[in-house]
Amino acid sequence: MGFKEFCFKKSLFLFHFGGASCNNCDIEILDCLTPRYDVERFGMQLVGSIRHADVLLVNGSINRKDKVRLLELYEQAPKPIIVVAIGACGCTGGIFAEGNTFAGPVDKIIPVDAYIPGCPPKPEAILAGIVKLLKK
Amino acid sequence: MLKELFYYLIYPGFLFVAVAGGFLSFFDRKITAWVQFRKGPPLLQPFYDFFKLLLVKETILPAKGSKITFLLAPVFGLFGATVSSVLILLPLLGIKTGFTGDVIVIFYLLTIPSLTYIIGALASGNPLAAIGASREMKLILSYELSFLLMLIAIIIKGGMSISLYDIINAQNTGNAFIGSISGVILFIVSMFCLQAKLGLVPFDMAEAETEITHGLFIEYSGTPYAIIKLTKYIMLFTLPAFIIALFMKGFNLTGIGILWTILKVLAVVLILTLIRNTNPRVRIGQAMRFFFIWMNLLAIIAIVLIFLGY
Repeated sequence: MGFKEFCFKKSLFLFHFGGASCNNCDIEILDCLTPRYDVERFGMQLVGSIRHADVLLVNGSINRKDKVRLLELYEQAPKPIIVVAIGACGCTGGIFAEGNTFAGPVDKIIPVDAYIPGCPPKPEAILAGIVKLLKK
Repeated sequence: MLKELFYYLIYPGFLFVAVAGGFLSFFDRKITAWVQFRKGPPLLQPFYDFFKLLLVKETILPAKGSKITFLLAPVFGLFGATVSSVLILLPLLGIKTGFTGDVIVIFYLLTIPSLTYIIGALASGNPLAAIGASREMKLILSYELSFLLMLIAIIIKGGMSISLYDIINAQNTGNAFIGSISGVILFIVSMFCLQAKLGLVPFDMAEAETEITHGLFIEYSGTPYAIIKLTKYIMLFTLPAFIIALFMKGFNLTGIGILWTILKVLAVVLILTLIRNTNPRVRIGQAMRFFFIWMNLLAIIAIVLIFLGY
């Protein structure tokens, strides 16, 4: 592992994109930043601007209006960027997969590097996904 | 010539303050984590952040902004921070520089990073960055007067000398300035000015993450953002060092003095961190009122007390 890759893996800045979510996954993602789970141990920070981000966390079902915004965000992000789909809706579409406004799961819109299934995934599951991502 | 280059680039200059500022930034984040009952980042985290942004990430230029100004502004900010750190650290380390009146030069140089943030933000053409820039301008207008009054009070206390070396010497022959009533009042004023200069929480409305998503720095990515981070690390070391020169007898790098020096720096940064962790963000109007009325009043009271001999 080279120096560049080492630094990249040691300092991931997270950007959170919530689609048409039921809010459960959002709450579980924020749980990871609380004292009990604390992802800052791994050098991760939540940032407000996509220009600073290294990881794009996508949760919730992506409907037709979200699709445009998600594509725009992905183009605005500085590369390399890792995309993580969180929750059943982000990974497959979940119960919304047959819906009228549904515009496909995240991996049909942008390339996804990691999937974290669950409805909602527990914070432990999200941390396990992060660790797997770091070991990749 | 070679000696000056060494001063500016390596020992009291760029390299030393960057590394020291990086460790202070780690200290700040670790204390924040402990206050919130978290574990906090690893020791070298600020350096990982810096090298990741510098080497790995792509730099995106704004389509509808002034690209050259956008890229050059952080570089000038870094220059301003480095030169001010050298001018502050040379007298602190006991190296007599050749000119008096450096306190005034330092006062102007310390403003340059904030000014370049404003210029870079306005050059990016982003409306949220423009809001951040306007807030930062108002913040500069409010805290600079208090900072200047604080410096004037220190100059009067140090026997009307405008050289940092003489101010440190005046404390080394007599008492540290913080040991008197006026000194304590001035220290309070200077702490709040530092908080505003560093953009820490009660006065971070220019880069508020939650409302205008990093405001001033919203369009920066990759290398320019790494330079901004580096400027912030340097300022986090330079400003506490300046306060130590003005109030606490400066540095003493012989024997046990090294320990005291490190403890002084850590204590000042600890105060800043605790203020930042126990206060909410104020609105820009509240910040202006706070500085214009209360901090200026405190500074003027301190000047009167100095003339009365306290």
